[in-house]
Amino acid sequence: MTRSPVAGAARQVLPPVVLLAALLGAWHGAVVLGDVPPFVLPGPAAIGDQVVTYREAISSAALVTGRNAALGLLVGSVLGVLLAVVAAAVHLLDVLAEPVVAALAVVPIVALAPVLYAMYGAGSEQARVVVAALAVFVPVYVTTLRGLRQVRPVHRDLMAALAASRVQVARTVTIPTAVPFVFTGLRMASSLAVISAIVAEYFGGPRSGIGSFITTAAAGSNYAQAWAYVLGGIAVGLTFYAVTATAEHLATRRAGP
Amino acid sequence: MSTVQEHPTPAAHPRGATAVEIVGAGRVFGGRSAPVVALEDVDLTVAAGEFVSLIGPSGCGKSTLLRLVADLDQPTSGTVRVFGGSARDARLARDYGIAFQQAGLLPWRTVRANVELPLALAGTGRASRRERADELLAMVGLTEFAEHHPDQLSGGMQQRVAIARALADSPSLLLMDEPFGALDEMTREHLQAQLLRICAETRAAVVFVTHSIPEAVFLSDRVVVMSPRPGRIRQVVDVTLDRSGAATPGSGPHDDAGDDLRTDAAFVAAVAAVRTALHGGGTGPRGVDLR
Repeated sequence: MTRSPVAGAARQVLPPVVLLAALLGAWHGAVVLGDVPPFVLPGPAAIGDQVVTYREAISSAALVTGRNAALGLLVGSVLGVLLAVVAAAVHLLDVLAEPVVAALAVVPIVALAPVLYAMYGAGSEQARVVVAALAVFVPVYVTTLRGLRQVRPVHRDLMAALAASRVQVARTVTIPTAVPFVFTGLRMASSLAVISAIVAEYFGGPRSGIGSFITTAAAGSNYAQAWAYVLGGIAVGLTFYAVTATAEHLATRRAGP
Repeated sequence: MSTVQEHPTPAAHPRGATAVEIVGAGRVFGGRSAPVVALEDVDLTVAAGEFVSLIGPSGCGKSTLLRLVADLDQPTSGTVRVFGGSARDARLARDYGIAFQQAGLLPWRTVRANVELPLALAGTGRASRRERADELLAMVGLTEFAEHHPDQLSGGMQQRVAIARALADSPSLLLMDEPFGALDEMTREHLQAQLLRICAETRAAVVFVTHSIPEAVFLSDRVVVMSPRPGRIRQVVDVTLDRSGAATPGSGPHDDAGDDLRTDAAFVAAVAAVRTALHGGGTGPRGVDLR
């Protein structure tokens, strides 16, 4: 039996779509038949209605949050990679940085948001970028440093046998070995960046991003509207994940043994 | 004569008739409290163009000895000289080509780029690098796989790429650490025949580590039999075989892999001699392939 690629794609896509539709239907049915009050759970129809009504507000809020998260991801990962490179080269720095990074990893970084708003002023987006950057730094630093140490012994021997210089070793073996690890760190960090950027908005600052509108809508008893903004936040998170996961896939393609 | 101004032509061997000269070499691992003697008092001379195999049970230090020649490890006593200079000078002058038990190809590079690697690191120009890689890939029968990546190749093909890479800089010394160890018997015999042909063409000296008696006999002019803990040379078996048939250039990918030679009476006698040497001395031949 031969299957066309269209039929193959349909077999892959159809089941989750059917499941999603069934879940939405069940949700809608439960809300309507069970007479669930909207502050407990608004129905999907009401949320969808709000998404359509506020689509421009939601997308502009998503852009603000996305911009904060993207800047944080950029700054945090550049710092993480640079410091990891230095730590891999200078053993002393690695020893010094290890406990600091471990401490940073357990600090609830969004808890810094109120302090940072005080530093940068309540009207500035800066604090949110800093929160996202701090959240991103740790996984990128850890995975990059790990990647820089993954050079296989046979490759190290080969480089020695070929009398390669330090720069040649880095370019030929160390960096290509580490790159997939860096991208894995970036993928893990991308979700953290979005979450941190959104949650940082809960603690104050300008009323501009997804997080601030969720709190405002919920405080004003506009539950369906709050859920609509949550959907906007999910869209931002998925976009970040999809982009970094694709980058990781491309980087890892040829990294097998 | 430790620095080289020009590429040696394998036929002339301008740096004398000796490729490797090991005198009283020893290697002790570990601290003073629990030293492990891997090698003790090893003397060995490999002439230019000569094929010498190191054979012995696991842990007899044959790989360690090869690493000393390659200057990937340093002896704790004695000296290792390569082409009249120190092993370190030979390594820095890229005097030898090396192939490991694992192919050790760089997975993010194409087959061609892997073969070109030694030349790229030595600063050879793009055009001559490419020409040499094409030549070598033709030699190991992988021309049509030049643009593939290593993960698309079988283990035997990867090992052939590794051998082509070892030959890239036209070394007059080839160091091989069980390069066919992980391969099946058929691929292995095929590659042995190819290696013999390549050596006949390039006239490079070869130090070849193996744990297979037939492999050592089939390939070598001399088989160095080693004993374990401490690793010592127990006996050197001279092998005189007429390899003109097995080393005929231009044999296809499914040539007879030297089948005539392998059933030759001299071959069988040499295998028996090496086997006797391995068994002699009380300790059993642990880890030795007795096929």
